[in-house]
Amino acid sequence: MLDTNKDSLKLEAMKRIVAMIARGKNASDLFPAVVKNVACKNIEVKKLVYVYLVRYAEEQQDLALLSISTFQRGLKDPNQLIRASALRVLSSIRVPIIVPIMMLAIKEAASDMSPYVRKTAAHAIPKLYSLDSDQKDQLIEVIEKLLADKTTLVAGSVVMAFEEVCPERIDLIHKNYRKLCNLLIDVEEWGQVVIISMLTRYARTQFLSPTQNESLLEENPEKAFYGSEEDEAKGTGPEAAAPASLPARKPYVMDPDHRLLLRNTKPLLQSRSAAVVMAVAQLYFHLAPKAEVGVIAKALVRLLRSHSEVQYVVLQNVATMSIKRRGMFEPYLKSFYIRSTDPTQIKILKLEVLTNLANETNIPTVLREFQTYIRSMDKDFVAATIQAIGRCATNIGRVRDTCLNGLVQLLSNRDELVVAESVVVIKKLLQMQPAQHGEIIKHLAKLTDNIQVPMARASILWLIGEYCEHVPKIAPDVLRKMAKSFTAEEDIVKLQVINLAAKLYLTNSKQTKLLTQYVLSLAKYDQNYDIRDRARFTRQLIVPSEQGGALSRHAKKLFLAPKPAPVLESSFKDRDHFQLGSLSHLLNAKATGYQELPDWPEEAPDPSVRNVEVPEWTKCSNREKRKEKEKPFYSDSEGESGPTESADSEPESESESESKSSSESGSEESSSESDEDQGEDEDKGRGSESEQSEEEGEKKRKKRKKVLVEHGEGSSSDEGSDSSSSSSDSEMTSESEEEQAEPASWRKKTPPSSKSAPAAKEVSLLDLEDYTPSSVQPVSPPTVVSTSLATDLEGLTLTDSSLVPSLLSPVPGVGRQELLHRVAGEGLAVDYAFSRQPFSGDPHMVSVHIYFSNSSETPIKGLHMGTPKLPAGISIQEFPEIESLAPGESATAIMGINFCDSTQAANFQLCTQTRQFYVSIQPPVGELMAPVFMSENEFKKEQGKLTGMNEITEKLILPDTCWSDHIVVKKVTATANVGRVPCGTSDEYRFAGRTLTSGSLVLLTLDTQPAGTAQVTVNSEKMVIGTMLVKDVIQALTQ
Amino acid sequence: MIHSLFLINSSGDIFLEKHWKSVVSRSVCDYFFEAQERATEAENVPPVIPTPHHYLLSVYRHKIFFVAVIQTEVPPLFVIEFLHRVVDTFQDYFGVCSEPMIKDNVVVVYEVLEEMLDNGFPLATESNILKELIKPPTILRTVVNTITGSTNVGNQLPTGQLSVVPWRRTGVKYTNNEAYFDVIEEIDAIIDKSGSTITAEIQGVIDACVKLTGMPDLTLSFMNPRLLDDVSFHPCVRFKRWESERILSFIPPDGNFRLLSYHVSAQNLVAIPVYVKHNISFRDSSSLGRFEITVGPKQTMGKTIEGVIILSQMPRGVLNMSLTPSQGTHTFDPVTKMLSWDVGKINPQKLPSLKGTMSLQAGASKPDENPTINLQFKIQQLAISGLKVNRLDMYGEKYKPFKGIKYMTKAGKFQVRT
Repeated sequence: MLDTNKDSLKLEAMKRIVAMIARGKNASDLFPAVVKNVACKNIEVKKLVYVYLVRYAEEQQDLALLSISTFQRGLKDPNQLIRASALRVLSSIRVPIIVPIMMLAIKEAASDMSPYVRKTAAHAIPKLYSLDSDQKDQLIEVIEKLLADKTTLVAGSVVMAFEEVCPERIDLIHKNYRKLCNLLIDVEEWGQVVIISMLTRYARTQFLSPTQNESLLEENPEKAFYGSEEDEAKGTGPEAAAPASLPARKPYVMDPDHRLLLRNTKPLLQSRSAAVVMAVAQLYFHLAPKAEVGVIAKALVRLLRSHSEVQYVVLQNVATMSIKRRGMFEPYLKSFYIRSTDPTQIKILKLEVLTNLANETNIPTVLREFQTYIRSMDKDFVAATIQAIGRCATNIGRVRDTCLNGLVQLLSNRDELVVAESVVVIKKLLQMQPAQHGEIIKHLAKLTDNIQVPMARASILWLIGEYCEHVPKIAPDVLRKMAKSFTAEEDIVKLQVINLAAKLYLTNSKQTKLLTQYVLSLAKYDQNYDIRDRARFTRQLIVPSEQGGALSRHAKKLFLAPKPAPVLESSFKDRDHFQLGSLSHLLNAKATGYQELPDWPEEAPDPSVRNVEVPEWTKCSNREKRKEKEKPFYSDSEGESGPTESADSEPESESESESKSSSESGSEESSSESDEDQGEDEDKGRGSESEQSEEEGEKKRKKRKKVLVEHGEGSSSDEGSDSSSSSSDSEMTSESEEEQAEPASWRKKTPPSSKSAPAAKEVSLLDLEDYTPSSVQPVSPPTVVSTSLATDLEGLTLTDSSLVPSLLSPVPGVGRQELLHRVAGEGLAVDYAFSRQPFSGDPHMVSVHIYFSNSSETPIKGLHMGTPKLPAGISIQEFPEIESLAPGESATAIMGINFCDSTQAANFQLCTQTRQFYVSIQPPVGELMAPVFMSENEFKKEQGKLTGMNEITEKLILPDTCWSDHIVVKKVTATANVGRVPCGTSDEYRFAGRTLTSGSLVLLTLDTQPAGTAQVTVNSEKMVIGTMLVKDVIQALTQ
Repeated sequence: MIHSLFLINSSGDIFLEKHWKSVVSRSVCDYFFEAQERATEAENVPPVIPTPHHYLLSVYRHKIFFVAVIQTEVPPLFVIEFLHRVVDTFQDYFGVCSEPMIKDNVVVVYEVLEEMLDNGFPLATESNILKELIKPPTILRTVVNTITGSTNVGNQLPTGQLSVVPWRRTGVKYTNNEAYFDVIEEIDAIIDKSGSTITAEIQGVIDACVKLTGMPDLTLSFMNPRLLDDVSFHPCVRFKRWESERILSFIPPDGNFRLLSYHVSAQNLVAIPVYVKHNISFRDSSSLGRFEITVGPKQTMGKTIEGVIILSQMPRGVLNMSLTPSQGTHTFDPVTKMLSWDVGKINPQKLPSLKGTMSLQAGASKPDENPTINLQFKIQQLAISGLKVNRLDMYGEKYKPFKGIKYMTKAGKFQVRT
């Protein structure tokens, strides 16, 4: 039929042939007839011929060559689909003679216009490599070229090729690292998996370990997250041990590229593909700092809903993770509960995870679950459960007795398997504390009559032998019984009988001498040579003979040496040296082609190798929406300088490519160097700047001291204490010394609220200054002086004014507001105030001081926060629990709220031991920002950027009270937490702030006219905030 | 990556093989058969089997084993996920994925597999794209093809492959533009002997059937998006929008697809809509046991519970059961010891019950385990978590689409321990 002219007949014939291939029948003798049709016009016939060719070309190489010319023609076809499929088939027929042709075709296709064809080229690379590995160098060139490709379509395939051909050439990745990170989310799922696992390896070689120093940095959050539970459970968790051995290294700063990788992979946890989720999970497990690894738990637990094969793989990985990071999965304990419908292998894995997760607090529930499992019909599973109980018992001392009792009860179970398994586990448990359990051993001894499972019998015998001094009466009797049935026993039992006999002979030779000899002589003629050998060996040892006296004297030591208790460990314990999610990890054996996950480097390799002068990757077409989320922060700074490489798909003219190559060879180095230099300069600049400001701070402090001394007298007299000014002085100096000693931590510092007034003032001033380093660009020294002086003054005046009302709140701005009235709160009155200090835990949070006072008769106990009900985006850092508040007493606490730049109220509950109060805090818009200090020029520049929609202007008439500078500034700064910007003209006031969550600038200008009219202008990206701020400011000024 | 694929039916015949690299002899499957023998049940076959030169990764669906042969290190989930995708694609193409269906359409299957993998690496797995490359067989098309000699294979590169929205084909046209969304929630729960809930969680999905002309851009918003604890999206959903505004914004694929799946796990939030009263007892002395179950509604928010089916695996010692249901039908398979009772609707006034006796193996001691009861049920027009779609808007196209939302609650893995 293949020889006819009719396409339909050909098609029919080809279909039959393909069906034959599919069934695995040999159709190779049709090869000549089929090959003729490779040039057929009908596309379906052609495809089927391709299928046939790929299958049989290897076997009939000579004939296959006939078809090559057709493919070569196909490679020039205008239809990209035909070009691609020609390349696919050409590279798939494994005929070594055509290697040069393939090479040529791949090179050509790698610079094809169509990304689809380029993708096919990437696929062809590993095919050619497997056919002829001598082509490696040339192929690497092609890979390098394709790696620079900017389409998502190609990225996955080329990384695949990279992994297969040259995974060791990590240097090829440097230039493309950031691009890959940013493209990642748009690559198809399969590509994502490959890219993520490649990047994991890359990151391991290029970045420093985030865990090495994190004990230093993240000690506190760590404690808060896991510590409380773990400390209870273990007492000496790794965290608890860490502070003792704090290395005095410089604090770890995560490479921004490292951060970029973590940030860009995180959304992929939401992928529908289990493989992608797993890939991200292993990336986080291997690369992320401890505190961040937790995010993957939820996604992994979600995968447990998937097909059972997926569950199997995921559970294996969870089992490994749960050993290292128990806290991560603890909240999801119940998701690992076992259903009777689960397949056995899944049950056993879940059991493994449950055992790993068990700790002091949850062990009762876990054990209760185990109890139900024991009654399951699935006997393998029951056996595994018993072992799990044993492991829980060894790990958690508190429940050991309970477990042991439970296991002993199981001994009366009817199912022999269950009993046998329990015996084995009991044996292990007893070994830990044999003295107290003579009874159990006796009970076990009785069981020897019934239990037939060899392992269990052997275990019982061993136990009796080992602890024969606890059961002196029964042991010989057991031996007698065993001697009777010796010949019928299994080998493993026989060995233990000999063992028991030897031990008894040594301890109680009077009663057992004859028995022992009987057993030994039985064993001497056993079929198994192991047993014969053992018998001979034992006899020589224990029975004193003329020559071998030396050994037999020590026989007791040999046999009855105290043996260490076995440690029941998870079989997943050492698996974590394999990369999670890999085949090798699953099998716990190295699979072919497994790439070891390298250890973290000691020293960070040069990060500048990743700098590319072309951050502007163009993607296929209108992707604005997606682009938005991908825009990295580098592109802003780097995108401006440096030549832009032409986007991919246009055919590059020669001149262009020339210029490109020259720019690559020449300017690249210099530019990257200069980049680096810049970076360094910037760093230096920043460093010196902060130093400067520090120095200045000191100077100012000195200056201020004079002022303060006077002031301090005033305030100390206010306090009624007799501390002299000198004492407060010395306090201050000591403090400043301290701060100089650890400049890294001074930002975090929050003043203890009970501090004396001058000291508190000092700190609040410092806090204001802290914002200087984080201003947009380094400020030139002279302006720094002026600004900081201005703020200085501002700070002083403001604190003065606010000091009067309350000593407890040394804060400017909004005074105390009521959170809970004392009537509604049954005696508990709660006020809050915005302290305007950076919140120590999270810079995006507004720190709120809460003042509790108890006006009731009884003490209020256990004041803490209940579960907040928050609108999206808003988060709360709770204040530490106040244990008790005596009548008439008051206390303060600090909490942080991230309002997400909105004035939505944060609702939460205040709980006492007896009551819950629903309260809410609504921030005035002015509190959602923090002051920024900048020069006049910068202010103008930023303002220029924020015009049009982002500018809001309102006119007002200033009342008489606002004629003086001082009052205007005070009123504005009281309304909003902004910093004053110096200004050349006297009738203009400028203020700048930055919203806390998004960090967008808020610029406020107040322009006064001589006639008493004024104009308020706010420039901000956040229009809502802008409008509200204008309203608030006007209200404040006109009142 | 993936070297070969073997399809094996439950009787152990290899009925299809496909190789993407050099041919791997089918004798490699002997290792698989060995493992299959060792595992008594099909679902207990380990998904990964190492052999001296290859690794066999398998999935078991629709009574067919899909066994992939690989040679080098590769993330196992990658392969497993791919195999599942293959099954899904077959199902999409042929309606069912069964051995006779695959045998009948072996050529299409082969063509599809050829497109899905290139050299063992996935190439085109979106069913929208595949359907453009290779048209799914329909009766009409088969007739037309035999007459005109035209083919099933498209000769143009599917536009979607290159576009920014690889999941959607271009040039879609419908006369009736409609978009339907089904919110389906499944309750997974374990209820203990005394009727208290041990664990309960809700797994929900939103399946969509979108037949809209052109390139519509849809946004779907919820009344209470914060309910959703953990979500996973179809690649079309814009993640950033969700993060910031909790709105689903997407350009949908054409046809049926799963828009999102989510998880609600706060224990107190989960309302358990049914309860089961049971009294199953074996007596040591006699060879008869008592059996009694009653099902009743609980927290159903006024909706009726339908399609209730109760399945229970009886212990091996049970020889037969003589039961009388107050409604519905029941069967007991004495070989597999599986009891199933198709209850149907639950009428709150007259609770359905199943009573009777079990005859046990004479002489044998009483079974020490009680059977667990697996429940299936459906509640129409209710999402048990309380999730509600607020509105659906369409941008980018001018016509007015017909929109519809359906809610349904089902039992997932709902177990009552007795």
